[in-house]
Amino acid sequence: MTQEDLVPPELRGNVLIAPVDWIYNLGRAGSVWPMMFGLACCAFEMIVTLTSRYDLARFGMEFMRASPRQTELMIVAGTVTKKMAPQVVRLYDQMPEPKYVMAMGACAISGGPFKDGYSVVPGVDKLLPVNVYVPGCPPRPESLLDAVLKLHKEIREETIRTSPWYRKDVDREIPVPEYGPRGLVLPKGEKSE
Amino acid sequence: MTAKETFDRLAEKFPQFELAYVEGKDPAILVQGDNLVELAQHLRDEQEYDYCSSITSVDYPDHFEVVYHLYSWKKEGGPVILKVHADREDPKVPSVVSIWRGADWQEREVWDLMGIHFDGHPNLTRVLMWEGFEGHPLRKDFPGTEDEYAFG
Repeated sequence: MTQEDLVPPELRGNVLIAPVDWIYNLGRAGSVWPMMFGLACCAFEMIVTLTSRYDLARFGMEFMRASPRQTELMIVAGTVTKKMAPQVVRLYDQMPEPKYVMAMGACAISGGPFKDGYSVVPGVDKLLPVNVYVPGCPPRPESLLDAVLKLHKEIREETIRTSPWYRKDVDREIPVPEYGPRGLVLPKGEKSE
Repeated sequence: MTAKETFDRLAEKFPQFELAYVEGKDPAILVQGDNLVELAQHLRDEQEYDYCSSITSVDYPDHFEVVYHLYSWKKEGGPVILKVHADREDPKVPSVVSIWRGADWQEREVWDLMGIHFDGHPNLTRVLMWEGFEGHPLRKDFPGTEDEYAFG
């Protein structure tokens, strides 16, 4: 059965038949609001991406929301120190679902030059599920725009049927790490670094 | 005033103290920890070094060294660099918070990261690492963190 058969002739050109996923994801991907949240120098590249020259508003991201309750994208722009890590996880937990994480820059991806340091989490993916990695030190705004397009692609490919956001049986709780004697410790008492 | 002139004035004023002149690109004055507060008082009140811009520390194989950079707003002079050695096993240096209030957090930072105890400090607690952290991470013998961060 094609669209031609389903739509009466007088309505052709006015009615579009599409899968729910397609139309729903189109709306979601076109309006991903990032959180106003920067940890280090990468934040400046993120800020300049919002300005008129690069204009993140073209992708429906003109609002950097100051509250995690109104955001669905966390751009981790900068070094995640162990002292900041519990707050980062708590912010992520406060975001409504569906939510996405972008690791921007070498520090957020792997710890970067501070990987072996005593104070830095070697990559935010040790704490949160990361959707897009943006390499660079710092990444140029074009890289961030490309990452936004990749995130759009990822959102467009989700289906309501299988994505974890709409399922009750998937455990999505991220435990907030605590400060331990040498590094971060998971609240259950499991020893981390 | 050059560092040598400052050293000569100090040596003249305090002949009973053991002072040494350290040559180098930035010449310094090596003082004994016991005399530090009295010298600091003199430098602030008599020689008008009213601004302690930096307190930092160095980890040498057999001792620690605390380095003070003093400047003067009044006569726009400086820096006068004071160096104090501290024992490797039980490092202790008198606090200069009573002389320069700005030394407060800088001494706390040195205590936090290098583990040098400042006697007489009003609130010697960690300032960068959290309470409950073990060890002083800028020491050369602080263990590396090669083990992977386990999550989940």
